[in-house]
Amino acid sequence: MTEFGFFIDPSRCIGCKSCENACAECETHRGYPMIQVDFIDRANSIATVPTVCMHCDNPTCAQVCPADAIKKTDDGVVQSSLKPRCVACSNCVLGCPFGVPKMMSAIDQMMKCDMCYDRTSTGKRPMCATVCPSQALAFVPLEQIKRERKLKPTNVFHFGKQKVTTKVFMMVPETVDEISVDVVDYMWEREEEHEASASI
Amino acid sequence: MAKPPIPLPQLIELYGPHLNYEPPGGWQDESIHPADKLVKTHCCFCGQQCGIQLKVRDDQVIGFEPWEDFPFNRGMLCPKGVKRYMQNNHTDRLLGPLLRTDNGFNATTWDEALDFTVKRIREIQEKYGKDSVAVYGGASLTTEKAYLVGKFARVALGTKHIDYNGRLCMVSAGTAYKLAFGVDRSPNPWEDIPKAEVVMITGSNTAECSPITTEYIWRMKDNGGKLIVVDPRMTPISRNNDLYLPVRPGMDVILYMSILNVILREGLHKQDFIDAHTIGFAEVAESVKQYTPEVAADVTGVPPAAIEKAALWLGNAGAAMILHARGVEHQSKGVENCSALINICLATGNFGREGAGCVMITGQGNGQGGREHGQKCDQLPGQRSIDDPDGRAHVASVWGIEPDEIPTAGYSAMEIMSALHSGEIKALVSICFNPVISLPHAEFTKEALEKAEFVCIIDPFMSETAHYADVVLAGSLQEEDEGVVANVEGRVLHIQKCVNPPKDARVDWTIFVDIAKRLGREKHFDYHSSREIFDELREASRGGHADYYGITYEKIDKQMGVFWPCPTLDHPGTPRLFENAKFFHKDGKARFMLTPYRESGDPVNNEFPIYLTTGRVVSQYLSGTQTRRIGALVDMYPEPRLEIHPRLAKQHGIADGDWVTVTTRRTSATFKAMVVKTIRPDTVFVPYHWPGKKSINQLTHRTIDPRSKIPEYKVSACRIAKTTDSSTEGGSQ
Repeated sequence: MTEFGFFIDPSRCIGCKSCENACAECETHRGYPMIQVDFIDRANSIATVPTVCMHCDNPTCAQVCPADAIKKTDDGVVQSSLKPRCVACSNCVLGCPFGVPKMMSAIDQMMKCDMCYDRTSTGKRPMCATVCPSQALAFVPLEQIKRERKLKPTNVFHFGKQKVTTKVFMMVPETVDEISVDVVDYMWEREEEHEASASI
Repeated sequence: MAKPPIPLPQLIELYGPHLNYEPPGGWQDESIHPADKLVKTHCCFCGQQCGIQLKVRDDQVIGFEPWEDFPFNRGMLCPKGVKRYMQNNHTDRLLGPLLRTDNGFNATTWDEALDFTVKRIREIQEKYGKDSVAVYGGASLTTEKAYLVGKFARVALGTKHIDYNGRLCMVSAGTAYKLAFGVDRSPNPWEDIPKAEVVMITGSNTAECSPITTEYIWRMKDNGGKLIVVDPRMTPISRNNDLYLPVRPGMDVILYMSILNVILREGLHKQDFIDAHTIGFAEVAESVKQYTPEVAADVTGVPPAAIEKAALWLGNAGAAMILHARGVEHQSKGVENCSALINICLATGNFGREGAGCVMITGQGNGQGGREHGQKCDQLPGQRSIDDPDGRAHVASVWGIEPDEIPTAGYSAMEIMSALHSGEIKALVSICFNPVISLPHAEFTKEALEKAEFVCIIDPFMSETAHYADVVLAGSLQEEDEGVVANVEGRVLHIQKCVNPPKDARVDWTIFVDIAKRLGREKHFDYHSSREIFDELREASRGGHADYYGITYEKIDKQMGVFWPCPTLDHPGTPRLFENAKFFHKDGKARFMLTPYRESGDPVNNEFPIYLTTGRVVSQYLSGTQTRRIGALVDMYPEPRLEIHPRLAKQHGIADGDWVTVTTRRTSATFKAMVVKTIRPDTVFVPYHWPGKKSINQLTHRTIDPRSKIPEYKVSACRIAKTTDSSTEGGSQ
C-alpha cells in the first residue's frame, strides 16, 4: 500500500478555517479543534498559516513530560497525553518547538492533534487535510506531491542546537533543504566562537 | 400594511437568529448513537455545490463526512460546508405555518394558512388585476423548485411579475454571455483551469466566496501558469499572484479596454479566429484605441507597466482564462465589464479549448440551474426568451395551456420592489429571498414591504423579510427534498433527500402545489414527487439552449454529474462549450460587444469623496438567513468591519478598532475600523451579510444596470468620520 504523508504549504493557505471546523468534528475531541489558523500580520497582509502537530520523530513534548504521559505509536503519530498519567503541568506546551500542544484546563489534560488517529488508523485521510479547500494541508503520497508541486517537502528543522525531524512535511522552495529559524544558523562563526556563544 | 407586528427584540427572541454549536444530542451523542446512513449529496451553500456526505440518524442530519470520490471537490469543503449540517434540527426552524396578528405571529393550520393566502391573492387580483401580485424565487432552490416557481407565477397566478434573487448575482455575466455567445453558461469545466498558462481573476474574492476554486488556481500555478489578480482589495487569492492590478472601483471596463488596446497594438490578437468565428471586431478595436495604458492608468489607478504586462501575458499565452465574479458584475455597467472581458478572450482566440475561456464564477447554490428554467422575468424553461413565439408554443404545450396564456416579460427583482413601493404591485409571494438584507437601500425595501397589502413568505427560517409578512409558511431545507442543481461549471448534480422537514414544516414544492389547487389550477400542478416535476422540466427545456432532456437522476448518479446541454438520453453531456469555435447564435459566430464607459450611479465628489464597496466573508452565505444561526461560523467573523487603508485612516484620525461612521447619499451607519494595507486608500469595504444597523445595504444605492438590472453594490460614494458614539451601531440587535 502506498504510504501517505502529511504536508503543510502555508503559501496555499487562504485562512478559511475549514480545517479548524472540520477538526472539531473528530471523534476523539469533539467540539474542540486541535489545529489553528492565524493571520501572520493582518494589518499588512492577508497571509495566514495553519498550525498542526508536526509529529516529531523524537518528540520534545514527550521528552519533557515528567509523567511519561505522551506516547508515539509505531506509525510515528504522537498522541495526546494519556489521561491517567497527565499531571497537567504544561511542560509539553512550553517545550514544543512548534507551539502545538494545548492544555485543556477544563479536563486537566494536554490534548493535541493525533493526525485523526481514528481515521488514519482505518485508512481514511485526516479531516483537516481532506477538507482543506486550497490543499495547504494535504495528505497524499510523497511521490505525488513531489511530482505535482513546485515547492518541495522537507521535514528537517533546526531550533538553535536542536535538530528536529518530523513525520509531517513542510513545503519549502526548491533551494531549501532544511528549515532553521535562527539567524545564527546562517552565520559564519569560528568553531571556538560558536562553542563559546552556543553555551550562553 | 405589514409592519413587523412586535418589536424586533421579541421577534429575535422567538425566531432567532440563535446560535447552534452542537449536533443533535450534543457532541458526545454520536459515539453512543451512531448514524444510520451516509447520504451522498451536495453542500447547500454557493455555486460550487461541493459533494458531501451527510450523516443521518432517526430522520435527523447529525454530521458530515467528506465525499472524496466526487470529482469536483474530491472531499474538500469550506467551513460553511463543514457546518452546513447544523440547520436541520436548529431551534429556530419554523415548524408550521404562521399568521400575522397585532400581537405577533400565531401558529395555525396549513388549511387555514393556505386558505387565507389564496383568499388574499384572489381579492387583490380581482381588485387590481393579475399583475398586482408578484413572485420572488431564489437561486438556492433546486432546479425543480425554481422551474415550479416560474410556472406557478405564470400559470397559477397568471402574473407576469416573477423574478428571483439571482438578479443580485450573476445576471450581468449572463446577459453578456447571451449577447456574445447566445447562451448563458460558463464555457469551461473547472479542470480546464490548471491547464491555463495565464489566469486573470477579476472582481472575485475567490478564496472566500468559492474556496474550492482556489485549489484549481494553485494547481495552475504549480503547472507553471501565471496568476493576475484585479481587485481594489488584496483578498486571500492574491497571496500568490504574479501580478496585482489594484483597480479603482467602477473603472474595470477601462482597464479591460486598455489591456485589449495593448494586445492589438502588439499584434497579439488571432486574426484568423476573429475573421472565421466572430462579428463586430473592427468597431471594438476602434473603440479601445483611446485607452492607452497611460490614459487608463490615470482613471483606473493601475500603473501603465502593469497594464502592459497583463496584456502581454494574456496575449502571448497559448491558453488563457479570465475568471470573474460579482466585483465586476455588481455595477451599473456590469454587462459592459463582462463584455469587455469576453472581448479580450475572443480577440486572443481563447475559447473552446482546454485552459482557454472566459468564465463567470456563479455565486449562489443553484445560481446556474436556478436561472435556466423560468424564474427569470424574461425567460421560459430551457433558457428560452419569453418573447420567442416558438419557445412560448413549446412550453405552453408542455404546460397544457395556450401560448397566449403565458404572460409577457415582467419586472426584475429590483423593479418589483420599486413597484411595491409605488403601489403598482400590491402583493408578494416570496421564497428563498431575503430582500430586506440583500437589496440595496434597505430603508426603501422596508417601506415597500410596509406598503404591500399582502406578503407571503416561504422559508425554513424566519428571515428579516418574513418580519413583514402576513403569512409565513414553514418550508424545507435543501437536504429535505430531492432534486437537481447546476454548479458553477453547468454540471447538473443530484440533491438527495436525506430527511423529512421537521414537524409540520413542508417540502417547498408541495406548498406551491396546494396553493395552485386552491386557485383552481390543480390540473396543471398534479405532481406527487420531485421526479415528476423534473421529468416535465426535461420536456419543457427540450430544444432550448439549456436542454436537460437527456438528463435523468440515474444518469447524474452514474456520471457524477451531467453537463448541459444534454439533448438525448444517450448524450454524455457537454463539459466544454464552443469546441471547434461553434457558438450558440444561429450563424455559429460570437459577437464582440462595444463597452462604453459610464459613470457610476452614485459618483464620488467633494461631498462624498471615498468609494464604498461591499462583499462577503468566507464564513457567511448571502443574507445569512442560514449561516447567521450556526455558532462556529458566526464566531469566525461575528459582525461587519470597515476595512480601511492606514493612509486614509490617518487622514481621519482613525485607529484599528475605532468606530467609524460612514455616510452615503442615503444614510449613515457606524462600523468598527479594521486598518489594513490590503485595500486601496481611496476605498473602504464592508461585508453585507447582516441585518438592521449592521447592514451595509442601508447605505448602498438602487442604480441598476440597464440591461441586466443588477444593482451597483460594488460602487457607492461615501464620506467617513471617526466617532465615539456607537449608538447607531447594531449592538443591541
